[in-house]
Amino acid sequence: MSTPLLEIDGLQKAFGAVIASENLSLDVQPGEIHAVIGPNGAGKTTLIAQLSGEIAPDAGRIAFAGEDITALPVHARALRGLARSFQITSLFPRFTVLENVALAVQAHQGHSFRFWRPAWRDPALIEPAKETLRRVAMTRREDVPAGTLAHGEQRQLELAMALAGQPRLLLLDEPTAGMGHEDSVRMVDLLLDLKQEVAMLLIEHDMDAVFRLADRITVLVYGRAIASGSPETIRTDPEVRRAYLGEEEPA
Amino acid sequence: MADRKLIRLLPPLLFAVALALLPVLAEAAGRGYLIGVSTNVLIFAIAASSLNLILGYGGMVSLGHAAFFGSGAYVVGILAHHAMWGAPLMVWPFHIGGTESAFIAWPLAILVSALLALVIGAISLRTSGLYFIMITLAFAQMLFFFFIALNEYGGEDGMSLWNRSHAGPLDLNDNTQFFYLVLAFTLALLFLKHRLVNSRFGVVLTGIRDNPRRMRALGYPVRRYQLAAFTLAGAVAGLAGALIANQTEFVSPTFLHWTRSGEILIMVVLGGMGTLFGPLLGAAAFLLLEETLADLTEHWMIIFGPLLLLVVLFARGGLWSLVERLRAALGGGGERR
Amino acid sequence: MLLFLEQTLNGLQLGVMLFLMASGLTLIAGIMSFINLAHGSFYMIGAFVAASVAQATGSFMLGLAVALPATAILAMVLESGALNRLYDRDHLDQVLATFGLILFFNELVKIVWGAQPFYLNTPDWLSGSVEIISGVPYPAYRLALIVTGLAVALFLYLLIQRSRLGMLIRAGASNREMVGALGVNIKLLYTLVFGLGALLAALAGVMAGPIYAVQIGMGESILILTFVVVVVGGIGSIRGAFAGALLIGLVDTMGRAYLPDMLRLALPPATADNLGASLASMSIYILMAVILALRPRGLFPAHG
Repeated sequence: MSTPLLEIDGLQKAFGAVIASENLSLDVQPGEIHAVIGPNGAGKTTLIAQLSGEIAPDAGRIAFAGEDITALPVHARALRGLARSFQITSLFPRFTVLENVALAVQAHQGHSFRFWRPAWRDPALIEPAKETLRRVAMTRREDVPAGTLAHGEQRQLELAMALAGQPRLLLLDEPTAGMGHEDSVRMVDLLLDLKQEVAMLLIEHDMDAVFRLADRITVLVYGRAIASGSPETIRTDPEVRRAYLGEEEPA
Repeated sequence: MADRKLIRLLPPLLFAVALALLPVLAEAAGRGYLIGVSTNVLIFAIAASSLNLILGYGGMVSLGHAAFFGSGAYVVGILAHHAMWGAPLMVWPFHIGGTESAFIAWPLAILVSALLALVIGAISLRTSGLYFIMITLAFAQMLFFFFIALNEYGGEDGMSLWNRSHAGPLDLNDNTQFFYLVLAFTLALLFLKHRLVNSRFGVVLTGIRDNPRRMRALGYPVRRYQLAAFTLAGAVAGLAGALIANQTEFVSPTFLHWTRSGEILIMVVLGGMGTLFGPLLGAAAFLLLEETLADLTEHWMIIFGPLLLLVVLFARGGLWSLVERLRAALGGGGERR
Repeated sequence: MLLFLEQTLNGLQLGVMLFLMASGLTLIAGIMSFINLAHGSFYMIGAFVAASVAQATGSFMLGLAVALPATAILAMVLESGALNRLYDRDHLDQVLATFGLILFFNELVKIVWGAQPFYLNTPDWLSGSVEIISGVPYPAYRLALIVTGLAVALFLYLLIQRSRLGMLIRAGASNREMVGALGVNIKLLYTLVFGLGALLAALAGVMAGPIYAVQIGMGESILILTFVVVVVGGIGSIRGAFAGALLIGLVDTMGRAYLPDMLRLALPPATADNLGASLASMSIYILMAVILALRPRGLFPAHG
């Protein structure tokens, strides 16, 4: 095995008496989709928040591409290629679709203390943004204000913004949340396409999506990883079936 | 296409022409005092415009903006005071005397206000929301008390200037010349602001206003950009302060009083937050409204106060949104943000 | 040493007054997420009502008894008639609207009572002084202020820790949605909290009457001090308001009393007095800056 892209070691986080991460260790290899599943309140979103830097862990270490990033602020992690999409769509509703993506592109082009030239007429921003929109098949919608998009399209744009900085790892917090079946299938297809280029740590409730996408699955219950392995192992793991799948197995 | 562009550019152009002709018209109509009134409006438009940068475009509700405005005024006042009396401002470690030169005093006013904004911003921007409002207000009050304590410069009563700054060939004591200078500053600053808000820096600033969390996740060090905007706004407010000290030939702690911050805030909102010309309209409307109501009754605030409450509750978007609607009706495209 | 004791008591006295103001303001900010600039107006109105009743009847206590409910009722009417619409607006709207209210109330007071300052006499039975330790007399009225303030603090503590209303207030300060989910009449809760805050502000105003002049604008200077207290203590936290108020009260009083003298040790007297006075007036703001640099959400943050 090569060195992992993301390596989490002994992560610990508690809010008062509620334990969100308990001695949690996992990794993501280059080119891999690693899914984290678990019932509500298992600490999945808190895990993403710790990885992206919004919440500081009580103990433990997070390494990205061999570098310890545990103490880095949110923006510094993003600039190193650790991009995230939000569970609840988080866009700039007054900006157009293209401007949303251009803003994401701009973050990776050095500082923005440039006060003179109009940003939205700068090919250095617009061209890569258009290219990104092509990848998620949203070119037709580029001049629409993001706030007026349908829910499924907003999720797509959410993904496009995460992709715009050409990240090495995507942290995906329920990319199909709130989507209908059709949109959901399209999103999964899109993620499968992207798999060639970028590794992903995926949090997802939709088990169809998880089993289609994941190379590896870790099951989180009360902040602890109770099982980790290939989709096949997880599907048949008795403890997982008891703790989790037994209750929430997709119909 | 050309038509639309024309309609878009027409109001500001007409506006600039009207302003440029104002002194001539005012003199012709025998109402020379209008020149002074207009100068006042323009200076407050600059101050409101600077607040608009952080409030309208940056989403930072600062209730202490008058601190930078007043500090700029005091820099000009204090330097002029020392020039007048010949007493050095400082003897150690360097000998620094006073000056009445606009070329030295005004940039210094800008610099001092910018530095103050940098320090106050660096502390205040560690917080947000209600905390930010209260803290900016508190720091402005601190500077207010600081200037009150300066007995040498008139303490609570402030001090008068003997004349306006010297600016090379210009005679600023001439109201018309001073008006044109202030007008030039106003138009130049509006143009600079127009460039700035559409630049990379500007879109980052509006992005932070709309969704700071997402901006961080995209890789922007949010506070750094906020602080830059805050400092810039402080600097421009300092210039406005330097101008108002010249306009009134007087400086006093009331320039920094928190109600002054409130008034500048009202100008921005009244005119239209996050728009280029809104603050100018707002400053004009506010000062004229004040004048009109004050003519009506000495207790004009008893009308103005509830009026403000009603405007907040029921009429939003500011005066500029009316202009926008008018332009839309005429077929021109509107400003989107 | 004796002077020091006296100054400490003065600091405490300012502290409890600030606490009365800050406890209401911090609850309103914490629970309704509402910034009320007009909180100082309740302080002023309380003082004016008490002063005119006391002048007409000769009784300070009667003035107090009228001023408190009058101010509270005024506040609750205002809240349920207009201000409650602002709770879900952004803070900027709240600032503007309540700024408008300040202008209105200041002008109203000017029309009703005139522009001249009023004086509220200390009630006779509190006009003497008490020897706190032998040889150190201290005005009985100021001592009564401190005792009243501490009693109110204790009452608030019990109210919030022990009563059902307090339970809701605590829940509201840390999680607004939850209280709504409990099926409580949240509008009524808000109105009550607002009224309570105004009542405490009026109490502070009446108590301040005999010490400072009763005049227009008296609400604003204390309002800004109160903001400093709330920020230092942490929005939504009564404990924070208490700690912050005493801290600010003491630092402000001590700074004014001792900074000039301390500077005289190192500087020529005139410079020391000047610098001392200006440093003293800035001391609490500097303290606030230091605390914020260390703890951006105040000493006792109420929200997780």
